[in-house]
Amino acid sequence: MTAVKCIDLCKTYRQGEQEIKALDHVDLDVERGGFVCLSAPSGGGKTTLLNAIGGLDIPDSGQVWIAGTRIDNMSKSELARLRLTQIGFVFQAYNLIPVLTAKENVEFVMQVQGVPARDRAKLALEILDEVGLAGLDGRRPAEMSGGQQQRVAVARALVSRPALVLADEPTANLDSHSADGLMELFVELNRNHQTTFVIATHDQRVMAYAKRLIKMLDGRIVGDIRQHEH
Amino acid sequence: MNITLRLAWRNLWRHSRRTWLTLGAMAFSNILLVFMISLQFGMYGMMIDNTLRVMTGHLQVQAEGYKDEHKMRQTVPDIAELAASLRRDLELERVAPRALAFALASSSDRTYGLQIAGVDPARESLVSSIPGLVRTGNYLAAGDAAEIVIGSVLARNLRVGTGDEVTLLGSGLDGSFAAAVVTVSGIFETGVVELDRGLAEVPLGFFQDVFFMEGAGHQVVIAARDLDEAALLTERTRELVADNPGLVVHDWDALQPGLRQAIKADMSSAFFMYGILVILVAFSVLNTQLMSVLERTREFGIVMALGISPGRLGRLVLLETALMGFMGFVGGAVLGALVTGWFAANGFSYPGMDELTANFNLPSRVYPPVAFLPTVIGPLVVYFFSMVSALYPALRLNWLQPVEAMRAA
Repeated sequence: MTAVKCIDLCKTYRQGEQEIKALDHVDLDVERGGFVCLSAPSGGGKTTLLNAIGGLDIPDSGQVWIAGTRIDNMSKSELARLRLTQIGFVFQAYNLIPVLTAKENVEFVMQVQGVPARDRAKLALEILDEVGLAGLDGRRPAEMSGGQQQRVAVARALVSRPALVLADEPTANLDSHSADGLMELFVELNRNHQTTFVIATHDQRVMAYAKRLIKMLDGRIVGDIRQHEH
Repeated sequence: MNITLRLAWRNLWRHSRRTWLTLGAMAFSNILLVFMISLQFGMYGMMIDNTLRVMTGHLQVQAEGYKDEHKMRQTVPDIAELAASLRRDLELERVAPRALAFALASSSDRTYGLQIAGVDPARESLVSSIPGLVRTGNYLAAGDAAEIVIGSVLARNLRVGTGDEVTLLGSGLDGSFAAAVVTVSGIFETGVVELDRGLAEVPLGFFQDVFFMEGAGHQVVIAARDLDEAALLTERTRELVADNPGLVVHDWDALQPGLRQAIKADMSSAFFMYGILVILVAFSVLNTQLMSVLERTREFGIVMALGISPGRLGRLVLLETALMGFMGFVGGAVLGALVTGWFAANGFSYPGMDELTANFNLPSRVYPPVAFLPTVIGPLVVYFFSMVSALYPALRLNWLQPVEAMRAA
């Protein structure tokens, strides 16, 4: 089954007098349980493609399908609902809510998802344990390292067990040890829960974890390499 | 505690100095509003009470049309008996009959026009402050003696003092001449120039004899303890006189229409000033919440990307404002009530107030009442407009694009 399908996606930005083609007739299929890295130099279109797949950015033309549902023509609120229930986002900057503890940051998203109050605390502790933050649930972001904060962000993204996780440069602010730890966590989730991962990166170490490496340049897909299975 | 509530509460204290400053502005304006509105209500109560206490009373039974036409023949028959029956039925002592006429008063060398009130000397002090305002001599003795109390300005104009004789000349109920010679027993001073210059009181029985009233009068005056009791007494009295055709009951508002108008005019100007104060506070809240939203643009972008709707984030901003407003409301109302309570016990005055209040026959100190409505109305308005001012920052989130918001510095 196809987890993500992009058909002839185009997106152009205007920068002063100059038009920049961020996506130039992009076609992409990602199978359920895929572990895909989008690799491109800066400005190559990987973040724009990721945003289009996540419904954060509407393409100028083309179609985006997630798990068999077309999303490029959805309303803002429908897209928000889709992201809340089916897609997990991990960003380069962790952007946790600074006044909430690790557990509360995860719980906040669950509350919005409508998870009953009695289940939230249990699930939050479980997911924090799963991402290796057992015992740190009461700490606020300022009391944690970058790697730990990124793990909370991952826990927040994964707590609803989304079928699709979109990660934009998730290791950019992490040291190599934390980056490896995070990627191993992604691989484990991919293997155990068949979660589909699409990761935008230009970090060679991250690409090494991918089952499939898609290379982009100037908004076009210029390479699609099948690597190893996990 | 609900996590959204916890989040809203902690967000408030991200910049505690800014929150404290806004709270301070809210609390200060609320204290000011509570005190000023209480003072105003106290002043109005005093104005009404003092005005009505001079002569009008809180309600009167009159012949139909007398209030507007003041014709001598528009009488209430057997007025003393009616007053007595009302006193009995209402179980109230503060009921007194009165008759009124216009006459000329002459001393040995001067003549002035005046209004003469025939009063029950034993009861008049229960419905009017004039008996207590006699500065020279004595008020009318019980009975129907040919004596008169006059205002201080009239006494000066007629050049008479206590013990002097004054000749009254007027028109009786039947149209004939009414004339009498009376002795000045006392001179009163109300502070209201019109009364001190143009009012005199004689015993009711004597008045009825001189003006051929045959037991009739013009007003049964009833005084209540306060305006709430006045409303009840008016209703009850209307029921009691319903069987007497030609008689009507007027409440204080109908008897002194200018009083409410004066209060309304004063309230309008005061509420204009309060409005400015509330708007200033609302702008302070708007500034705080707008800053708070703007500096969290990136954070909002991230949570919107996670699927949290702008509406929910807007409600979070409103909840933060509601919490701040609630603290301002409680703090302002409690401190305002304490300040008002202190002045309620000790009275409020300022330099020059003595002369100002004397012109209106008011005491030189005001004792603002601590009451529920004046305590909550100002803070409630501030709370409401704080919430209104937070609508813009909250609604602004609807136009936020997650991708652009996440790029914000």
